[in-house]
Amino acid sequence: MNNVLQMVWLIPVVPLLGFLIVGLGRNYMPKIMTGVFASGTILLAFLISLYVFFNVKSGNTHVAHYFDFINVAALKIGFDFQVDQLTSVFLLIITGVGFLIHVYSTAYMQEEEQKDFNRYFAYLNLFVFSMLLLVLGGNYVIMFIGWEGVGLCSYLLIGYWFKNTSYNNAAKKAFVMNRIGDLGFLLAVFWLIAKVGSVDFHTVFETVPTLFASGKITIVDITGITLLLFVGAMGKSAQIPLYTWLPDAMAGPTPVSALIHAATMVTAGIYMIARSNILYTMAPVSQAVVAIVGLTTAILAATIALKQNDIKKVLAYSTVSQLGYMFLALGVGAYTGAVFHVMTHAFFKALLFLGAGSVIHAMSGEQDIRNMGGLKKYMSITHITFLLACLAIAGMPPFSGFFSKDEILAAAYARSPLLWVVGVGGAVMTAFYMFRLYAMTFLGKFRGTTEQEHHLHESPALITIPLIVLAILAVIGGWIGIPEIFMHGGHRLEAFLAPVFAQSNALTEKHHLSHTTEYMLMGISVGAALVALIFAWSKFNKYQKTTGEETGLGKILANKWYVDELYDTLIVKPVMAISKYFNDIFEKKGIDGFVNGVGKAVNYSSRQIRLLQSGQVGAYVLMMVLGILIFFIIQLFL
Amino acid sequence: MEIKWYIGLALALFCTGIVGVLTRRNSIIIFMCIELMLNAVNLLLVAFSKMHAASALGQTMPNVVSDAQIFVFFIMVVAAAEVSVGLAIIVMLYRNTHSVDVNFLNRLKN
Repeated sequence: MNNVLQMVWLIPVVPLLGFLIVGLGRNYMPKIMTGVFASGTILLAFLISLYVFFNVKSGNTHVAHYFDFINVAALKIGFDFQVDQLTSVFLLIITGVGFLIHVYSTAYMQEEEQKDFNRYFAYLNLFVFSMLLLVLGGNYVIMFIGWEGVGLCSYLLIGYWFKNTSYNNAAKKAFVMNRIGDLGFLLAVFWLIAKVGSVDFHTVFETVPTLFASGKITIVDITGITLLLFVGAMGKSAQIPLYTWLPDAMAGPTPVSALIHAATMVTAGIYMIARSNILYTMAPVSQAVVAIVGLTTAILAATIALKQNDIKKVLAYSTVSQLGYMFLALGVGAYTGAVFHVMTHAFFKALLFLGAGSVIHAMSGEQDIRNMGGLKKYMSITHITFLLACLAIAGMPPFSGFFSKDEILAAAYARSPLLWVVGVGGAVMTAFYMFRLYAMTFLGKFRGTTEQEHHLHESPALITIPLIVLAILAVIGGWIGIPEIFMHGGHRLEAFLAPVFAQSNALTEKHHLSHTTEYMLMGISVGAALVALIFAWSKFNKYQKTTGEETGLGKILANKWYVDELYDTLIVKPVMAISKYFNDIFEKKGIDGFVNGVGKAVNYSSRQIRLLQSGQVGAYVLMMVLGILIFFIIQLFL
Repeated sequence: MEIKWYIGLALALFCTGIVGVLTRRNSIIIFMCIELMLNAVNLLLVAFSKMHAASALGQTMPNVVSDAQIFVFFIMVVAAAEVSVGLAIIVMLYRNTHSVDVNFLNRLKN
């Protein structure tokens, strides 16, 4: 108890209490009380996180051991929390953005019935709790508990409107895809236990380099472990090939999408790899795989986003794409860049989703941007904040997205110019589809029904205030990571996170790009994005509804490269066929046949034996005598 | 007389009883046959008792001589009680069916 950070357990416990109270009292608590209470728990957690952050900032890190979780023979796994710079950054993102989303939800979900409203907030609190457990865990097992927790909560929240079958299917898809990834994570943990004998972060990261130097573990082990961990990250953070659940996760209420995409869930994979940075630095093959998968995902998702017409689908694919950038950063060893992008992305993506929610709210549930347009004059706050977020995600200076994306692209260039070229291609597409979305939603003439037009209104203060706060963050959030060439010592985040990545940084030689190269790279990427932005603006400014079908490449993109159909044919249908076979043949004929057969046999034989009871006294006596005789024979002769 | 003659007579009586029980339908005859079997057993008891008595006399187990014979009296008493119950059943059977044929009893089947 000599360290103030001993009390970090309060951070996850407060939302957990919120979950328990709201969840158990869901039939009794009035909406207003739930809203205040549930948001209050997150606010409290945020305040404690702030306190923790300032403690960590002054150089105080801490590993807290609470009790033994698993204790078998040589393997001891404690219920440990670890608080360091990386944790505190994530704590602030999760609780800060999470709090704003809670506040927003109190207004957004107002039309729900009291019971459902309370159920929603209970899940929301549980979600934040799980994510906090994930980032606070001091070993892979505690992390895994949170890891599973967010998977469960995403299932519950995506399927929040559980009376709709397709929403339920989306929830199931998210859960199953996450399970596939979780298997990889579990295998990696088992491998670690077998080779290192511990899952504690500090033990693993300290002993692996020495064990490697003494030849106790080989490069194959490290590569295997990191690749399996990456499979886990693929599932959670929606990378190829496990990304298709994230766009479908739009079935949930819009604030949930914001929570999943910005503050929780999808950043878990990034956090996990950033946490295990030393392992990845030691395994170049895994790093290359991470970078390539990340970049491919970034490009693929960006192309799909170009042709989507659902406001939330565009944002969903843009999240997948941005996550790809983060993995690219992790893959090229720019761990700080990845965490930086997680942070800025949390701000502008939460803002975009909440803005989209505000639009959907005003449009009474309409999500198709072809039926929007001209919302600028009806919803000024939503419009301004949305525009700022679009500028941020498109990487326009001096908005936050510019700094983080530039850092990632510069790191990619240092590793290989080819990665940079493809990355810039993705950035250009990002600018294009975001401004297509913006222009079709807010500019031009209103294309919806007159009834909808009458209904258009700016959202209430509880919705606009979080938007404004997030907009400020989306604008200035990048200023904590100003690159060296603009301002000496400007990258405060890098300095702050340096202790976490110290081991990795020691192993890799610093790539120093000359200042001219760096300016040039920046100029090209910003210039290209700006051109795409203006092109999209002018093209979709006066968008008119057309009835024509998409053709050629456009049709393929609008159908998401037919990846869902491909998975359906390759995996879902065969599995269904096998299940059908087992159901029809094995289950019905085999197991049911056996069970029913036993019953039939007893039935049949008893019907036969019943005939012996004839009522003829003589027959009974005969049987008795025969029985006695048989006993005699057995007794005497056998 | 040798013991084998007693055994032979008892066996003959017992088999007569069994055959009678199995083949006859008149309940009174069946009843008599059962008595026949009982008495065959009684006869054997007395015969074996007498046989062992000769060798047991000189020893310190004087009751060997009388045990089986007392046992037979018990059996006869119990048999008398059984006869009274059995005849009562047959009387009831006759009152209900106006016959003493046991095959009428298969009406009890259901």
